[in-house]
Amino acid sequence: MNISTLNKQGVLIVRVEGELDMHVADEFRHTVDDALDSCGAKHMLLNLKGVTFIDSSGLGVILGRYKKISALGGKMNAANVRPQVARIFECSGLLRIIRLCASESEALESL
Amino acid sequence: MATKNRVKMLFPSNSENVGIARIVAAAFAAQVDLTLSDLEEIKVAVSEAVSNAVIHGYGDNAGEIEFEMTLDTDSLEFIVTDSGKGIADIALARQPSYSSDPERMGLGFVFMESFMDRLIVESEVGRGTTVKMLKKYCIDQKH
Repeated sequence: MNISTLNKQGVLIVRVEGELDMHVADEFRHTVDDALDSCGAKHMLLNLKGVTFIDSSGLGVILGRYKKISALGGKMNAANVRPQVARIFECSGLLRIIRLCASESEALESL
Repeated sequence: MATKNRVKMLFPSNSENVGIARIVAAAFAAQVDLTLSDLEEIKVAVSEAVSNAVIHGYGDNAGEIEFEMTLDTDSLEFIVTDSGKGIADIALARQPSYSSDPERMGLGFVFMESFMDRLIVESEVGRGTTVKMLKKYCIDQKH
């Protein structure tokens, strides 16, 4: 997994590539939590363009970050989600709280 | 049901092996004509079963995981066995949102159940857990 973060107008943009499972869940959590703590962004945008696989461990670590930002009134959305990954999101019920957008710019506008 | 092929793997409960197991499962499943979405479902279900063995079966104590894949004339079977701590209440563990950890969704068994055609969980506390998953395939799909 490759992960990078960028703070843009109060939104933490998290760009992820690879497979999101239990093997990388801790690294994902640490990287995102450190970035959130240091930049103080309110909202989060996940760019999952390069994510080819996700399971419940990957969803769990995303849900954990959602809980963190929503406790402070923030919102989360996700952009460029591949169909197979979107389907797992849908099965998990996470789409009730995380909005999927076609692109990063669309996702930024909706926050 | 005649067995057409069988592959058995044994690996330590490292998190790296979760990804290896699901890739091997997809390669094994690709022997029959499945849709991409079927293959994706198999990968997720296997990933959940092996992750459970690593996280809940063994936790901090490393152990061995056995993964057996069987191809029959109308189905694929995936069996994940650990010799870890076992599950005290299987019915409770299989319920949605049941999780021992707030960072987890408690969806492991839910995904295995919804993405496979049959899920059997056998467990004994102190002895380990065996998860058997069956995916049926339609022979007519073959071109």
